[in-house]
Parts: sequence; C-alpha cells; structure tokens
Amino acid sequence: MTDLPQTATFVNIGERTNVTGSARFKKLIMGGDYPAAVDVARQQVENGAQIIDVNMDEGLLDAVEAMTTFLKLIAAEPDIARVPFMIDSSKWEVIEAGLKCVSGKPIVNSISMKEGEEQFLEQARKCRDYGAAVVVMAFDEVGQADTKKRKVEICERAYKLLTSIGFPPEDIIFDPNIFAVATGIAEHDRYGLDFIEAVAEIKAACPHVKTSGGLSNLSFSFRGNETVRRAMHSVFLYHAIPAGLDMAIVNAGQLDVYDTIDPKLRELCEDVILARHPDASERLVDLAESYRGSTEKDEKAAAEWRSLPVTKRLEYALVKGIDAHIVSDTEEARQSATRPIEVIEGPLMDGMNVVGDLFGSGKMFLPQVVKSARVMKKAVAHLIPFIEAEKDKLAPEERKAKGKIIMATVKGDVHDIGKNIVGVVLQCNGYEVIDLGVMVPWSTIIDTAKEENADIIGLSGLITPSLDEMVTVAEEMQRAELDIPLLIGGATTSRLHTALKIDPAFDGPVLHVLDASRAVGVASKLLSDTQKDELVTGTADEYQVMRDKRAGKTASKLLSLEEARGNAFTPDLSQKPAAPARPGLHVFQDWDLADLAEVFDWTPFFRSWELAGTYPAILDDEIVGESARALKVDADAMLEQIISEKWLTAKAVCGFWPCKREGDDVRLEDGTLLPMLRQQVAKSRDRANYCLADFIDPAGDWIGGFAVAIHGIEPHLERFRADTDDYSDILLKALADRFAEAFAERLHQHVRTTLWGYAPDENLANAQLIREEYAGIRPAPGYPACPNHSLKPVLFDLLGAQENAGMELTESCAMLPTSAVSGMYFGHPQSSYFGVARIGRDQLEDYASRRDMPLPEAERWLRPNLD
Amino acid sequence: MSAREKLQAEAAKRILIFDGAFGTQIQNRRLSEEDFAGDLGLNADQKGNNDILALTRPDVIADVTRAYLEAGSDVVSTNTFSANTISQADYAAEGLVREINLASARIAREIADEFAAKDGKPRFVAGAIGPTNKTLSLSPDVEDPGFREITFDYLTGVYLEQAEALIEGGADFILIETIFDTLNAKAGVMAVRQLSDKLGRDVPIMLSMTLTDLSGRNLSGHTVEAFWNAVRHANPVTIGLNCSFGADQLRPHVQHLSGIADTLLMVYPNAGLPNELGEYDELPHTTAGLVGDWADNGRVNIIGGCCGSTPDHIAAMARRVQGLTPRAIPEKITKMRLAGLEPFTIAA
Repeated sequence: MTDLPQTATFVNIGERTNVTGSARFKKLIMGGDYPAAVDVARQQVENGAQIIDVNMDEGLLDAVEAMTTFLKLIAAEPDIARVPFMIDSSKWEVIEAGLKCVSGKPIVNSISMKEGEEQFLEQARKCRDYGAAVVVMAFDEVGQADTKKRKVEICERAYKLLTSIGFPPEDIIFDPNIFAVATGIAEHDRYGLDFIEAVAEIKAACPHVKTSGGLSNLSFSFRGNETVRRAMHSVFLYHAIPAGLDMAIVNAGQLDVYDTIDPKLRELCEDVILARHPDASERLVDLAESYRGSTEKDEKAAAEWRSLPVTKRLEYALVKGIDAHIVSDTEEARQSATRPIEVIEGPLMDGMNVVGDLFGSGKMFLPQVVKSARVMKKAVAHLIPFIEAEKDKLAPEERKAKGKIIMATVKGDVHDIGKNIVGVVLQCNGYEVIDLGVMVPWSTIIDTAKEENADIIGLSGLITPSLDEMVTVAEEMQRAELDIPLLIGGATTSRLHTALKIDPAFDGPVLHVLDASRAVGVASKLLSDTQKDELVTGTADEYQVMRDKRAGKTASKLLSLEEARGNAFTPDLSQKPAAPARPGLHVFQDWDLADLAEVFDWTPFFRSWELAGTYPAILDDEIVGESARALKVDADAMLEQIISEKWLTAKAVCGFWPCKREGDDVRLEDGTLLPMLRQQVAKSRDRANYCLADFIDPAGDWIGGFAVAIHGIEPHLERFRADTDDYSDILLKALADRFAEAFAERLHQHVRTTLWGYAPDENLANAQLIREEYAGIRPAPGYPACPNHSLKPVLFDLLGAQENAGMELTESCAMLPTSAVSGMYFGHPQSSYFGVARIGRDQLEDYASRRDMPLPEAERWLRPNLD
Repeated sequence: MSAREKLQAEAAKRILIFDGAFGTQIQNRRLSEEDFAGDLGLNADQKGNNDILALTRPDVIADVTRAYLEAGSDVVSTNTFSANTISQADYAAEGLVREINLASARIAREIADEFAAKDGKPRFVAGAIGPTNKTLSLSPDVEDPGFREITFDYLTGVYLEQAEALIEGGADFILIETIFDTLNAKAGVMAVRQLSDKLGRDVPIMLSMTLTDLSGRNLSGHTVEAFWNAVRHANPVTIGLNCSFGADQLRPHVQHLSGIADTLLMVYPNAGLPNELGEYDELPHTTAGLVGDWADNGRVNIIGGCCGSTPDHIAAMARRVQGLTPRAIPEKITKMRLAGLEPFTIAA
C-alpha cells in the first residue's frame, strides 16, 4: 500500500463500515441490507484493514439495534471476525450494547472528559470490565482541544485519572483530534502541525499509551479532489508516524506511496501540514485545481492491476469494464472459494457495488456501467455451470437478491434500449430483474409478477400509444389486487402523464422514473422498510398536487375547430415545388452503410446513453467528456465492423403521389385520404393554427412518403446475448437507430436533389442537415406534427413497405425492424415542423368521421392529445 | 494473606495438583433415581443431575472430594459444573441453584480445611462454573447468523447467582471452566466483577479454555492467544486449558500459552481420548507421564485431570511432578493486546 516509515508498527483501521463516513455503507444499513454491509466489512479486512471501525451514529437509525445486529453478523464471519473491532459511537448506550456482542478484545471509540471526570471514569471502568481498550478523545468540559497545548494538557490529565483507577495504560489510545487544514482560515493553519507535535509530547508524557486519529478530516477542504486528498494523507502520515502516531482511521485505498507523489504537490502538502509558509494553503488550493480529473493514477493503475490479488483484479475489471481476463480471474477465484456462489456474493458483488456507488454519485456514467455489467455477466456465466452442479445443495433463498423486479416494454411497443439499460443498472445493484422483453401484454406482466412474487413492476415504452397501454396495465393491476409498486419509464412518459393518467388507475404506488440513474435509488427506497413510505406518500402527494393544479388551472384556451381552421397557415403557393422528377415508387434494397455513417447525428446517440450534451462538444465536456470519448471509441470500432463485415442492410422505399388539400385532409389522386390534425390551442399574435394539410395546394400538389429500416441486427444481438454482452447489445441497437435516422436523412436529401428534384443544387454539410437547413419536411406519424400512429398502415400500404422494404407494424403501429423511420414528404419551402398538442372533442369527432373510425378507437389513438 | 496471594505463594514453591473428574466417580457408584431425587419433590427425573447430589447425597460428593485430597490435590473444585439456572432448568431444578452451589461449596470447603488442618499445607477450593449449553457468540440457527438465544446481560445474571452462592459457601476462587465461547467467559468475568464490587473485595478468577479442534481454537473461533488477550482484563489468578483432548494433543497449546500468560498456568486434560465405547482408558501412569513432560519443561504451575480421570490419575501425577521446579511466570511486557478471533498485539 505505502512505503510509509514504520509501517510494521503502524495500524490502519478500516473506516468503510461507518455510516457517517461512507455514504454507501449508510445506504446499505438504512436499507437493512445487512448482507451487503457485511461484505463491506469483509472487503476492508481483505484490503488490509487491521481493525475495523463500526459506527452507526445516524439520526434516523436505531443505532443500538444497528450496532448489535451488525456486530453479531460479522462475528459469524470468521474472515472478518479474525480482526479486532472498534466500536465507534458518540453514544455510550451504543458502545455498551456493542461491547456485549464482541467476543475478542475490541476498542471503544470513544470516551472523553466532555461530561466531566465522574462519567469519564465510570465509562472507563465499564470498558475495562468488558475487556476493551479505549480511544480517549482530547475533549474536556471546555471543549475539543485544538491547540497543541490543550491537546497535551487534556491527554495528560486523562492519563492520570485513568491510571489512578487502575486502568491499564497499554489499553489507552489518545485521539488528539485531526482537524481540517487549508480551510482559508489562518487559525487553522497550525492544526496539522499541532497534532503531530502533540502526539510526540503525549507519547513522552504518558508511558505505554497509543495515539490515533481520523485522517479524512485533514483534507476536508479538498473534497472531490482525490489526488490532493491522497497526497495530503500520505504526507501527513509520513510525518506523524515518526512522531509517534500508532494508528489512524483511514481508507487504505486512499493513500499514495509518498515517493510517487508529484514532488510539487508533495512539497505544497508539506508546507500546509507543517505550516511552513503563511500562504501555503493558498498555493495548494491553486495547484489542486490542476489535479482535478487527473488520469495519472489511472495510467499507473492500468499497468499494475494485473499483479493485484485476484479479488482486487475482479473489482478492477468490473470498475474499469475490462473483460479480457475476467474468465480466468473468475476461475481463479472460484478455485479458492469454498463454493462458486461465494465468488458472486463476494468479490463480484463487491465490485459491482463499487460500480453502483460510483454511478449513483455521478462519478461513473452509463456506458461504463453497462460495460461493467458485461464483465459481471461474463463472470457469472462462467460460474453458472458450477453453481448448477451444486444446486441441489442450495436452498433457493441462499441466492437472495435485493428484490425482484419485472420489466417489460408494453404491448404494441418494441423499443427496449432504455428498458435494457435500466435492467442492467438494477442488476448491477443486486436486484433480480425478470425481463419479459417487448410487446408484453398486461396479462403476462401480471401473471409473472404473481408467480415470481415480484417486488416491483417496471413498464417501458417509447411510442405514445404505450402511454395508454400503461394505463391499462395499471387498471389491470388494480383489478388483480396486485399491491406492488409500478414504475413508469421511457421516452414519451412523463411525470405529468403518470400523475394524471396512470396513478389514478392504481391504488398502489406509481412512480415515474426519469432515467436509469434514478432507477436504483427508487427501487432501493421502495424495498426499504424505513424509506418506502416517505417516497411513496411523497410522490403520491406530488402527483395529487399536479392533478389539483391541472384541475384548477384553466388549461390553455382551445379554439373551436372552426376557429382554428379560420386561423390556418396560408403558404405562398407561388413557391410550390414542381412535380417530382421521378414520380412513383423507388425501392432501395441495400444502401451503402458507409455513406450513411457520414451523416450520423451523434447527439441522440449520446443521449440514449444518458450522456447530456451536443456532439462534438460533448467529447470535451468537463463532466461526461471522458465517458463520451470512451463510448465514441467503442462505437467507431463497432461501426467499422458493421460496415466492413456488412452486419446490417439498409432498405427503403419512397414514393410521390399527386394530391390536393381538402380542408384538413390530403386526398391522393387514387382516392386515399390522409386526414391531418390541426392545432387548436389559441395562439398569441399572428401565429397560425397549423395543420400539415396547410402545406398542400388545394388546387393540386404532390406529397411523398417513405419508410426506411435497418435489417439484419438479430443474429448479432443473438451473438452478444450468448456472450452475455449487454454493452455490445445496446451499442449495436443504438447504432442501428443512428443508421435508420441517417438513412432517413440521406434519402430525404436524395429526394430533394434528385427524385423529387426541387433542390438539385443543394449542397449541405452534415451539421447543416442536422439543423434542417433545407426546404421541405418529413414528418412521421406518431410524432408531434402528426400524432396519430394509425396513419402508418395507410402509408405502409401506399409504399408497399412490407414487400419493398421488409417492414411490418405491430398492433400499436410500432415498426419492425425496430430501427426504422417512416414519414411523409412535404416539399413546400414554408412547410415546417410543429406540435399539434391538445385538441378538443370537436376535432376528435370530426377526425373520427373523416377517418371513418369508431370514436372510441380514435380516442384511444389520440388520447395523449386529449384533455 | 488473601487466597490469591496464598495460591501464588504455594505455586512459587512447587507444582500444585488440581483434582480430577467428578462424573466418572459418581457413575461408578451406580446411584439410583431415588438417590438423585431425594425428597426435593422436583417435577423431573433427576438421574444424571450430578450437581443436585450436593443436596440429596452430600456424602457422595464429600467422598469424591476426599478421594482427590487423599490422592494429593492442593486445589479441589466444587461439583457445580451445571449448577446454573440454564442447565438446571433441564431438571426443573432452576429454583435450587443457590442451594446446590452453597451446599457444594460448603462440602468442599469443609473437607479441604480438614486436610489443611491435618498437615498444615494450604488447600484451596475452586468454585466451578461451566459454560452452560447456550452460546453468546454463535447463532443456533444457520439460516440466521445474527440470531442469539440469550443475551450478555442474562448470562451475566445467571453466572452472578452461581458465583455469589459459591463464594458464600466458602470457595476461594471462581473457576470459569471449559470455555468454548469466549464471550460467555467474558460474561462470567463481568459477573464476578459485579460480585467483587458487591462484596467490596477481590474475588479471584480462574479461567480455563477448551479447544474444539487440534488447530487450537475454541468453538467461538478464538486461538489460545486471542483468548488470552480477550480475558486478560479479568486479572485471573490462573489461566489454562481443560478437557478437549488428552494431554498428548494439548501439548503445543500449553506450550504456547505458557510463553505468553503472565499468570499461573493450570492445565487439566482428559485421560486421553475416549475409545470406541466412549470410555476413557488411558492409564494413570500414562497421563501422569504426559503432563509430567510439561512439568519437566517448566510449562505448568497446576495440573489435574478432566473427563475420565480418577483419584489414581491424580495420585500418579502428584508422584510424577513431586520435587520438580514450577513454571516461572513470564515477566509482564506491557503491550496493547487486542483480539478478534486472532490476536492482534501492537508493539510497545
């Protein structure tokens, strides 16, 4: 770990099993996840902690209960209980309860003269009778000792008192208080030095005693800057140990080798800790900035990690997402484990917990997490045959997960990237995820939830009809009296929709989950006895408020359909494009993938991985840049393979038809009717109430249609699944989506310049294409300008999309293959995208009759646009 | 001179002799149910409740004690291994715990004093406290490792009741023996501390650990040295090992403990390992020879026998170690001695 002087006699005390010091441990304890908390203790011992500090001082915890429960559990683990425990609490009753559970000789941390001599000695006597050593804080009736003088005085006084009652001096550990330095407050400058000097004097004045301190306080000012914190800790110990410091509560992983610290940083740390210059703090603060996000450590670690013990290698591989050695490392761990399951429950889960923590705290991003999950799955896949082999010996509850979550993309919808990401993240965090796949009817969801005794149901959907299907699932859950939480997620879902439509349909908890990073937090709270109620009632109240607001609010005023029509957009018909150069259908069986890759819009790609930012600026983003760059490297590599090995086939069909506008309908020459919807929300100033039909000349015009799809993805996904490689699975799906979008873009360009040919000279760069700097639009059914998905079958018929491009539609009009785009071409240069938004009953009824569709069916399709 | 000082003074002169097993001696007398039950009118079969004989057949207990003193014992124990509320509850005799301990201590005291008066050599009475059949460190439920059948405070109370009666009856020391669970022993130490506070005087403790496997750990998993670190605060007048296996197998652990414990060392092994019929058949001179080797090497201060040992074994031991130099107590080296299941000692 370090080359600190006298390491042989210096004791490091593990600090991770401390709710005040470790957010992760706190989370586990608060959530009652003791098995995982026990693993934290085990990990510390494995990492070389010679004593482990256990602290349960958290306002919301029954600290006595938590302390005793935890101590009893770790007492049952010989690989943890082999080291002494430090019972750490500011409450005597917690300490005493702990002492009654510890069979070896522990340390009590701490007692002090804060409440006077009498109580101090009473507690010391009890510690002695329970057979414990004690940490005595340099704290008296006046307060905590800050100066060297006070530290030494208090410790000497305590020493005299303790020895006078026969307390063995060798069982005393003084903690003269490590305080934060470089705080910007001049009085704090000497805190480090005062501690070090006090240690030397206390050791000289009080024979046989030991000294200790909590190290992390020292670098408190540099939270978030690990490089500087590590350097400060190492430099501090480098000077404090020779002065007589015997032990410290440290994160053993948070120390650097003194000699390997950048000399400039090291010197400034020394200036600060030893108070050598009045402006030392300022200079360290300045220098610290340059270490933010430093990768130096990573490079060093990258070279060294193969020589770590196998459990550490597994953790490293998981955190870094490296699967190169995972099978051999897992096998090595399996051979040294008593049972294969221990490899999963031990080092692998520990590693994934680290990943979960890093992700939860925003230090790791989704692509890295998914990569980690890939490594995890490979390791698990290697172990499964061994576990199966001894399964008859295994009670099912021995493989207990944190909770069981059913996930499904609802009936009619085929989109699953987001759902898969959430699934992976949940699995990383120890939940058992039963993924029912896509197009799952409510009956399957509910039956499975019952059979599996699931804890939570999570629904996902991308297209708007899925919102309605989610309401159906909620209604059916209510009917089935299935009282488990329902999570709602997916691109079109929203808190508002959840509050207004789904929540009222089901008495149980319904929660909208914004993205994958929230899923774990929500799941863990829902499965926690202590936190569930708060979240559930809190959310329910929030939703009620939203509903009340909605009810009370005079929703933005709707015009009558007639009024709206009166405010229609009137295009300058003189600008109407000429008839297409090549009318009729055009079929493309195999568009060049390399050509499509040139017009990728990467921004949505990163967004699908929950990395926010615009490409290419995102690559240099301060927060997600590193993650984005790594993702882009992997994406480029796969892209090259997709193209060179021809994994995918881009098929399309497009066509142009003579037509004219009839009110809000577009009627093709062959009689086909394309009814459109008109904005009804009252507009301010001179804004029109748009309808797509407005862009068509009633006297005669042309409209186009297209459908593109990316075929051939299945065998590759199959291969990734067989290889338990979620990362590649999601990556390929995301890239296929980009191909489809790029194809739509490229085909549209081809249409403008050649097939319709109204812009033969157009010459736009990719960025300009992305900004839509061209004439004409290609709105897609199901999107804001044309919210009705049910127009897709009409369009597909016109295009012969099934025969010509191998495309199909589900009952909710989701397209298959999944990576597909379809839409209509409007060539008028004044045509633009808009959102239809809310419409009135009058338009609904009018539309239903125009579509010759039963009213309830129209209502179902348009529900997202209705009140 | 206090009992502690008197024992230390005698032990400085010679290797002292502890007693042997009560169980085998009682069994040999083939007592009937009526012998055990007496006229106590308890609602349970008393056969096998050896400790209750202090009330129903005190003559038998007196005879066994006398036999050991005759064989050469300097320290005799009370026949109270199971005379605690938890164990006596199995015989519906938990209400008699105080009486049993009081009577047993009185018998031992009386006969010990009788022998001391005869030859002027001090005799000592160790009030024996067994571990009970409950454990504070382990869960009896494999499915629930955090579960415990009893609490520290409860067990402390159980021990306190027994220790108080033993001291009142005349015991010099409280012998917490056959310690398979170190935390149970710590509760015992706490009980004696409370008794000591109550009486306003030192109540010396003897501690004897039992190993459950040859690697040298007790049931709660502590190594011999970890155990020593965990109970040093008791300031025991003796520390040591008993039961487990025969003297042969105990040797390396005795040697280890002998090197680290800065107090008197008392060891009383079984008479070998039981044979196929569950009987101990190691001959007295064999046992005596094995423990004699320890004595030759200056490893022990007090020796005796546990399961299977008889007055003959004790007599053989007494002869074997006569005139040998007792173990010199190692000089106390002041170090912080912590322990988990393994010792963790920090250099001075």
